[in-house]
Amino acid sequence: MSSTDDYQPLHGADHAPGDEPARGREIAEGVLGYLIGLGLAILLTAVSFFIAGTFLVWRPSVPVALVVLAIAQIGVHLVFFLHITTGPDNVNNVLALAFGVLIVMLVIVGSLWIMSNLSQNMTPMHMPMG
Amino acid sequence: MTAFQAGAGYGDDRPEQARGSAAIVLDHTDPASKRIIVGYGFWIFLLSDIIMFSAFFATYAVLSGETAGGPSGKDLFDLHNVAIETACLLLSSFTCGLAAIGARAHNGLMYYGGMAATCVLGLGFLAIEIHEFVGMIDQGAGPTRSAFLSAFFTLVGCHGVHVTLGILWLLTMVAQVFAKGYRADILRRVLCFALFWHTLDIIWVAIFTVVYLLGAGQ
Repeated sequence: MSSTDDYQPLHGADHAPGDEPARGREIAEGVLGYLIGLGLAILLTAVSFFIAGTFLVWRPSVPVALVVLAIAQIGVHLVFFLHITTGPDNVNNVLALAFGVLIVMLVIVGSLWIMSNLSQNMTPMHMPMG
Repeated sequence: MTAFQAGAGYGDDRPEQARGSAAIVLDHTDPASKRIIVGYGFWIFLLSDIIMFSAFFATYAVLSGETAGGPSGKDLFDLHNVAIETACLLLSSFTCGLAAIGARAHNGLMYYGGMAATCVLGLGFLAIEIHEFVGMIDQGAGPTRSAFLSAFFTLVGCHGVHVTLGILWLLTMVAQVFAKGYRADILRRVLCFALFWHTLDIIWVAIFTVVYLLGAGQ
């Protein structure tokens, strides 16, 4: 079995997650993609660490900014390292990812919502009496 | 492989020219190559692994304030260490990509060099993490101290176990390519390993944001 056959997508076939788009086997092109991803990821990471420790921005906005930066960086990793794109050969991968994201959101948001609701109802209220 | 011949049963007997380019992309009758099936199956596994992590993240988020009078994240976390850990994992993701390109091009220098760099950076990450855990347990902030610390050690420790298993897998793949060459079945395993390693980095992005940066800022 030739090892190269496996890489060549059949006519109109899907795209394996993690594989680079089939454009021959130019090394430089592949390295450039990973370099762009690395540069963007380093930039976003540096901004995250800077924002977490600085007093130059309005402090209450920091948690939201950190979450947005993390989501952006996860997107960079998905596109440049895992090669999950919006192309027609990637529909299956994107649909699986979308379903995963749905479950993750249900678990995290649902847990936080229910537990904060519970703790509001359970803790004694410190309301001034009279 | 018959299950993947999705378009085969639809009886499109029009001549090839009549289908148009969109039909050729969407209504293909070829079975997917084994590499695509293996990669897709492993992608499904990784998503289920991410869902497992999301349960640990939810637990940590709920319990992060329950310090039971013990130390909080602000007292314990050293962001310099976290920055070095992050740099190790990020660079290892890059070198893992270089190794994947090397495997595809049958370039031994790129493949073995990339895998060696990935291994060293992964071990560096683990060394810093173990040092951090031992230091916390030494000052009485082990997983039994409070609900916050139980959740912390479970979440971050689970990621550390994944990195450990990933390094064992990495060494296996180096040995297999060395012993058996760039065979198609071996290269499919390299693809799965690269996916696994990149996914660990994605989970680490969530950990350093939610656990360390948000925790140290409170």
